Amino acid sequence: MHPEKQKHAFEPKIIAFVCTWCTYAGADLAGTSRMQYPSNVRVLKFPCTGRIDPVFILKAFQQGADGVLVSGCHPGDCHYIAGNFHARRRFAAFRKLLEFVGVDLNRLQFSWVSAAEGGKWVEVVTDLTEKVRAMGLMTEFKELALEEQWSGTIDTPELKEAYDQI
Amino acid sequence: MSRIGVFICHCGENISRTVDVERVAREVGQLPGVAFSTDYKYMCSDPGQNLLKKAIQEQKLSHVVVAACSPRMHERTFRKAVEAAGLNPFLCEMANIREHCSWVHEDKEEATVKAVEIVGMMVERVKKNRVLPTITVPVTKRALVIGGGIAGIQAALDIADCGHEVILVEREPSIGGHMAQLSETFPTLDCSQCIMTPKMVDVANHPKIKLYTWSEIERVEGYIGNFQVTIKRKARSVDEDKCTGCGVCMEKCPVRKIPNKFDCNLGMRPAIYVPFPQAVPNTPVIDRENCIKFKTGKCGLCQKVCGPGAVDYEQEDILIVEAVGAIVVATGFDLYTIDEKPKGSLIKGYGEFGHGKIPDVVDGMTFERLASASGPTGGKILRPSDGKEPKQIVFIQCIGSRAREKGISYCSKVCCMYTAKHTMLYHHKVHDGQAYVFFMDARTPGKSYDEFWRRSIEEEEAVYIRGMVSRLYQKGDKIVVMGSDIAVGVQVEIEADMVVLATAIQPQKGADTLAQKLGISYDKYNFYSEAHAKLRPVECATAGIYLAGACQGPKDIPDTVSQASAAAAKVMTLFSKDKLEREPIVARVKEAGCVGCFYCKKVCPYGAVEEKEIRDRQGNLIKVVAYVNPGVCGGCGTCQATCPSKSVELDGYTDEQIVAMIESL
Repeated sequence: MHPEKQKHAFEPKIIAFVCTWCTYAGADLAGTSRMQYPSNVRVLKFPCTGRIDPVFILKAFQQGADGVLVSGCHPGDCHYIAGNFHARRRFAAFRKLLEFVGVDLNRLQFSWVSAAEGGKWVEVVTDLTEKVRAMGLMTEFKELALEEQWSGTIDTPELKEAYDQI
Repeated sequence: MSRIGVFICHCGENISRTVDVERVAREVGQLPGVAFSTDYKYMCSDPGQNLLKKAIQEQKLSHVVVAACSPRMHERTFRKAVEAAGLNPFLCEMANIREHCSWVHEDKEEATVKAVEIVGMMVERVKKNRVLPTITVPVTKRALVIGGGIAGIQAALDIADCGHEVILVEREPSIGGHMAQLSETFPTLDCSQCIMTPKMVDVANHPKIKLYTWSEIERVEGYIGNFQVTIKRKARSVDEDKCTGCGVCMEKCPVRKIPNKFDCNLGMRPAIYVPFPQAVPNTPVIDRENCIKFKTGKCGLCQKVCGPGAVDYEQEDILIVEAVGAIVVATGFDLYTIDEKPKGSLIKGYGEFGHGKIPDVVDGMTFERLASASGPTGGKILRPSDGKEPKQIVFIQCIGSRAREKGISYCSKVCCMYTAKHTMLYHHKVHDGQAYVFFMDARTPGKSYDEFWRRSIEEEEAVYIRGMVSRLYQKGDKIVVMGSDIAVGVQVEIEADMVVLATAIQPQKGADTLAQKLGISYDKYNFYSEAHAKLRPVECATAGIYLAGACQGPKDIPDTVSQASAAAAKVMTLFSKDKLEREPIVARVKEAGCVGCFYCKKVCPYGAVEEKEIRDRQGNLIKVVAYVNPGVCGGCGTCQATCPSKSVELDGYTDEQIVAMIESL
């Protein structure tokens, strides 16, 4: 029935920041549906993706995470009306910043997984694990000092482009 | 120094099968701050909870971590237990080692390592948890019911009979919904109108029910016990207070040939109309798209003939705001249509069955209107093309339902039963006719349902053919239906006069938009999601919002009525209290650090952030800081992530707690 499990030389550490209403519930659904996925992900629950400070992502990388996943409700479905839009805007700017300092953006994934999308959760987690496993250990950030950046209200073509890429 | 107690649940074998719970308890027991750790077969059971309470008291525990199922399942259970043992409930956290671990991994070593890390993470988090006071809020004892079909009507009547005010909002000009369209109902063959219309009148006459028809929900704000709902009352062009329902306007209207949606476009109606004679309220509405007065400015006949002067062309849409404490969503279903392409479907509609091309291929609802005594044919079963009585009629089941290639993998639940009913109605009205049914499986769970289905075969002589139809085409005035009988293993060809398709049940169009306004979740088909499939089937995950009827999933009338009454009971439970305890997950401003930039105010989706002046004893202004109104705060935490000086904190999700979790990994 199940394919023989492959042993890998490197098991990446992945930290997921998810909102409680959509993605956490979606991950619960994957559980109740007994879907199987790699065990590399550790889930941190937030009320809303709007609560997720980019500093947490830096902190996760500093702490030795090889990949970070941020996932919340689909645009328009936010339990808190618009928290996920604030998150999207914040991370669009933050990605540019990370790219600027030389982080491979493939290590940082954003996704929308609803409470009904257990299958999508499995897909997202599996894909990210495979991708990060292929990239290997992430060491750069452990040495970087924590420094916070805050972008304020900006609305530029670059930002729009960054939105589209998510 | 904290004395943390960790309790690992086996969940029968659900967790212990893939996670070595004893090892988890042992390893976690070594963590600094953990004073006690143990494992137990069923932590949520009575002995499990007692074990927890006893340990808190005997071991003098300061914090608790329960490693078991999802907090969405039992967080409340364990927090209550912790509270009973004398600890603040918010000093208890759950580590999800079932849904997020044991159920999704097979390798015991891997799952155990992950479980240890998950529990360790929660141990670090709980150390930073603070005592949170319970916040009480007042409850507005008025309910909003969205949708005036049988579900909404039942819920509204139940709540109103308990003495609470109800606001019933219906999108169409009349309440009644789909049930008012049906001819007879299974399994008793009661006339639908006879059991439905008295309830509609009850709603109209109930002193506690405020009925808004031809109205839609525009915006929903607030939270459990305290919602503000903006309702759009669409311009009816007829004053409801003045209109006596005499119907002269409808008789005189020169526009006559508009297909009536209520009659599945078989009957015609004027431009000023009530959808059906038993409509509640019996006040017409002007269809502005087809009215000559609105199109050209001429005519105005209805206004001239209206005795009470109720016709008002100047009427405009108005917005009204109502304060309610609970919301019942009962928006019902729609049928899968010919040109539709559901999400995930490879194919558009079901053109292969000729619907829309061959006039005598109709859907189940159209057949209901044909069979209804108040329908366009006065209850005679006549085919739409030439008005002849069909002598051979073919019913085809599962049109769209259980068809993954069409993006609908669920069973629509009612079609087997209503098709059995259709064959009976047909046989009662066309004595020399023959009904054939193509079906995959007959699904008849329900009281007296299977007996009813058997009766359609044994007494009403319907011929059931197990198999699907492969091809269907018009030949002269006949429709040739080709299919296979897989029970016998032969090809079947029937020359039918009429074909009835049992099309799939889908949520109402726009169900997702409404869900977004309400902040409730919905599945991939747009059916609304209940909080728990088994134990909380009528509540939404969003507190204070309840579900009734087919908007949550395909349902027949008895199930819909049961669910509506259950939703009403839930609303009444809520209304039995004057004050409501709410989770104290709210944002707080640390005034010393706040610089008054008010970025938090800009991002707050609830408008909970206010400006507060800080003055010295002489009354001189020192600075203006942000203040979060805890009654209004929804607890999303967007303000905290935005605050440049880190001066606002969301209780229960502080930076300290989150950083502690990250650092544990």
